[in-house]
Amino acid sequence: MLILTCPVCGVTGEETEFHGGGEAHLKRFGPGSGDTEFHGYLFTRENPKGVHFERWRHNNGCGKWFHAARCTMTLEIFGTYLAQTYEPPQHIKDAITAKRPGWKWREFS
Amino acid sequence: MSTRLATGGRLLNKTCALNFTFNGKRMSGHAGDTLASALLANDQMLIGRSFKYHRPRGVVASGAEEPNGLVGMGEGAKFEPNQRVTTTELFEGLTAKSQNHWPSLVFDLGAVNTKLARFLPGGFYYKTFIQPRAFWKHVYEPIIRKSAGLGKAPKDRDTDKYEHFYAFVDVLIIGGGIAGLQAARAAGQAGAKVLLLEQTAHWGGRAPVDGGTVDGHPVEAFIENTVSELQAMKNVTLRNRTMGSGVYDHGYVLGYERVGDHQPGAAGPRHRLWRIRAGQVIAATGAIERPLSFAGNDIPGVLLASAIRDYVVNYGVSVGDRTVVVTNNDDAYRTAITLKKQGLIVPVILDARAEGGGELALQARELGIRVENGKAIAKVKGHKRVTGVEICAQAGEGAVLEEIDCDAVAMSGGWSPVVHLWSHCGGKLNWDEANAMFRPDATRPPTGADGEGFVSAAGAANGALEIQELLKDADAAGKAAAKATGHSPKRKAAPKGEAEIETPMQPVWLMPQGAHVKLRMKSWLDYQNDVKVSDIQLAAREGYESVEHAKRYTTIGMATDQGKLSNINGLAILSDALNQPIPQTGTTTFRPPYTPISMASIAGEARDECFQPLRKTPIHAWHEENGVYWEPVGAWRRPYCYQKPGESIDEAVNREVINTRKSLGLLDASTLGKIIVKGPDAGRFLDMLYTNMMSTLNPGRCRYGLMCNENGFLMDDGVVAKLDDETYLCHTTTGGAEVIHGHMEEWLQTEWWDWKVFTANLTEQYAQIAVVGPMARKTLEKLTDEDLSAEGLSFMGWKDYTLDGIHARIYRISFSGELSYEIAVRASEGRALWDKLMQAGAEFDVTPYGTETLHILRAEKGFIMIGDETDGTIIPQDLGLHWAISKKKDDFLGKRAQQRAHMTDPNRWQLVGLETLDGSVLPEGALATAEGVNANGQRNLQGRVTSTYHSATLGRGIAMGLVFGGPERMGEVLSFAKLDGTDVQAMIVDPIFFDKDGEKQNVR
Repeated sequence: MLILTCPVCGVTGEETEFHGGGEAHLKRFGPGSGDTEFHGYLFTRENPKGVHFERWRHNNGCGKWFHAARCTMTLEIFGTYLAQTYEPPQHIKDAITAKRPGWKWREFS
Repeated sequence: MSTRLATGGRLLNKTCALNFTFNGKRMSGHAGDTLASALLANDQMLIGRSFKYHRPRGVVASGAEEPNGLVGMGEGAKFEPNQRVTTTELFEGLTAKSQNHWPSLVFDLGAVNTKLARFLPGGFYYKTFIQPRAFWKHVYEPIIRKSAGLGKAPKDRDTDKYEHFYAFVDVLIIGGGIAGLQAARAAGQAGAKVLLLEQTAHWGGRAPVDGGTVDGHPVEAFIENTVSELQAMKNVTLRNRTMGSGVYDHGYVLGYERVGDHQPGAAGPRHRLWRIRAGQVIAATGAIERPLSFAGNDIPGVLLASAIRDYVVNYGVSVGDRTVVVTNNDDAYRTAITLKKQGLIVPVILDARAEGGGELALQARELGIRVENGKAIAKVKGHKRVTGVEICAQAGEGAVLEEIDCDAVAMSGGWSPVVHLWSHCGGKLNWDEANAMFRPDATRPPTGADGEGFVSAAGAANGALEIQELLKDADAAGKAAAKATGHSPKRKAAPKGEAEIETPMQPVWLMPQGAHVKLRMKSWLDYQNDVKVSDIQLAAREGYESVEHAKRYTTIGMATDQGKLSNINGLAILSDALNQPIPQTGTTTFRPPYTPISMASIAGEARDECFQPLRKTPIHAWHEENGVYWEPVGAWRRPYCYQKPGESIDEAVNREVINTRKSLGLLDASTLGKIIVKGPDAGRFLDMLYTNMMSTLNPGRCRYGLMCNENGFLMDDGVVAKLDDETYLCHTTTGGAEVIHGHMEEWLQTEWWDWKVFTANLTEQYAQIAVVGPMARKTLEKLTDEDLSAEGLSFMGWKDYTLDGIHARIYRISFSGELSYEIAVRASEGRALWDKLMQAGAEFDVTPYGTETLHILRAEKGFIMIGDETDGTIIPQDLGLHWAISKKKDDFLGKRAQQRAHMTDPNRWQLVGLETLDGSVLPEGALATAEGVNANGQRNLQGRVTSTYHSATLGRGIAMGLVFGGPERMGEVLSFAKLDGTDVQAMIVDPIFFDKDGEKQNVR
């Protein structure tokens, strides 16, 4: 059972206090998008062994969504950050680089 | 025979006798006994039968690793199967029964399986129960089910109490042996918050039995002093009878405290589940002795050497008068010496090592014990009890040199560190060639949230088996854990342990090493599941080369003891059969719990009314007092109907339907979701959430809306009221309130975070009552002088009123087709309003109605219900709801998805009404069959029933369903399959069955 820190209210809590929401940094495709783009947006997900970016909600707490950078192998948490962003902030990327030099995830590295 | 000795028994209080029964036979023991030691003291060696061959079984161990000694304990609601006799503390009045035999323990017909052992090899089930296929259900399944499972499941409800307990500590130490105690002291002295768990009732583990000194004093003094020192430390908590059950992610550990097992009837819970978060976990879990694999090693009377020693020293019980000791290491000599000093007979020590033992062997010889180096047991003689052994050379194939009479055998194949807790969360192991054991690899520990190791092993669990190394190792582990949690360990040397120097053990995986097949077929690895050396070798020959496959094929290690004794021996045999080193074979996965824990402790207090808190509307109590028949709706209870005395449920529903249509009905609609959406961008936001346009709604007006997910599927519906320019109130379904609120928040926070909108779920802040029927307005007019006329409050409008002093917001909306007002008031005034409405409506024969009438009224009008007409795969277009999908909007959730080829396929099933030709009610979920069969040989389908009721209004069954080409097939008759195999015919009709022009809600 993981321990996560909500970057919105600052509470560090057990996994049961949170709810996972799948892959972070998805780009929404709506009307006007092609079938491939739309299919990718709805169904295609990363499934990495190692560095991953996920959405979480502090649903038994402040109710806010946030993002977590995590290693799916060791369950190490590199950091959590606000969901209102299009890419991981630099300090999160730096924290990952320090632990996993040469990491790459989608277009981020 | 096994018996109580005149002296010894350091854990006993011999002045306190305790009576108990085994299979109805009265026996007695002492306070401090385990059930195992008490049974042995009463010469009850035969305790159970093995699972497959029903072989006689006696205890083989003295602790948690015991595979054989399982009994059913207690009676009635207190009955519990598979209780381990070695870890059950004796108490007055204990009742135990043996398991897995018929008709009796001594005479068991199932034991015929052992004669058939040649025909029941590893993988027997897989090979035998394949052909013919027709036998699967009625022949094989009953046979397998009858033989499956060990022990009987209790029939009555458990009457004991169980609870959860949360703890947060810096350093958690699992194991209260001398390693755990020293680690706790080192960490405690550094100031860390320490919790020390010990699974038994006693501190010190097996050190007092094994002997040795610490700083020149007997080890028992060290234990006593350390425990009192720890008890005096405010930052240290000690808990015995508490097992470290499992280690999980990020320092989460479950502890299992057996609070009341040894004192039935005492106040408090029976078991307590500790939910612990620890900065550092130290596994000081000791080591378990391995059996040796020789023929007949499963006969009652063959025990681990350490267990025989435990029974003598701890409980003053001798397992036999004449005990042959067989070993591959020095430690087992301690058993021989202990027995000899008690005046018992040790005819011979068989040391498989050609060179023999060291200091301890010398001591044994000096006591006059015969020691034979390089010798082994060829075969144990006896059936329900050991009667003797045949001796051979370990290096040979088992040619018998000599027979020796004895009634017990003490075996030792070396020691395996208990690495379970280290391994649960991913700690890796190394193979220690010299000691023939897996031990934790400190460079590859389980890692926590910060990526650093959070588990360490200490003492014997870490492979430091001898007291000299053990205390140093434990001290270092305690200090390191304290340091890792931010404390400064004292610069104090570890206590100095001393004991006889032991010469190296020598791995012996088969005895004798060249044992022929007849011996291998009698050499047990897994005593409970009856897996022998020959079975593992067969599995290897048949290609089960992975240790995980061999385990499942032979069932080794799959019994209730999870292979604590058998796994290492089994994988050594497998490695030998595969001609590969042991580390290449590896181990099976260690999974929690370490030993079984009660299901009830996992549930804790979450049972009965505490399992899930019940949600009650403000009018709940009135329903309860007025003949309610409840329906669970999520965590809510809603009235399904209200029964009058002597009335059936169907009669009650029919009366409610008729009276509401005729005059006046009342519905408690408080459970409906009510979400406020507010802000300058609220209209824009709702336009994205609903398929239709909400931003054009004027204050004072309401609009029905559909909500789809990004996949295009319908997820909720409800009426939206515009309260003011920036504020909307969204009604959701009862079950949808929390989900839809979460859905709104998700999109607002993660996609349109720059939109200025707030949401609040006010579901429980309001009570809501629907006043329904031709007399609805007349009833309300008795409570207010304000204008409720058709013009004053028109259909799909809302206004604030004062109803006999209660502030109310009235929505004129209808889910029944009748003139209908939904009245929202503060939750605290809900009951008062309900009472006033009941009073005002009395002259109109007011009829409170429940969810079934709600459903029938809406179905008569062809209104859909989320969850009936929808199931997560239905789009609004399937339900003929095109009118509620905006064509003007560029975007809304689900719009793009509904443009996909599969969603616009004209072959999708469409909503229609269905009327049976004979007026009967269609079965729920009934399928409409079509000509021919599909690829699986099943009948083709062309539709299904989604809602079906008896309409009291119309006097016949009505239904809605999804049908291939539905709306174009009006008047066609379909055949629906019933469960009894017959068919029922129904005609496709318009889904609006009643008041097609909607005149009824226009009462003037």
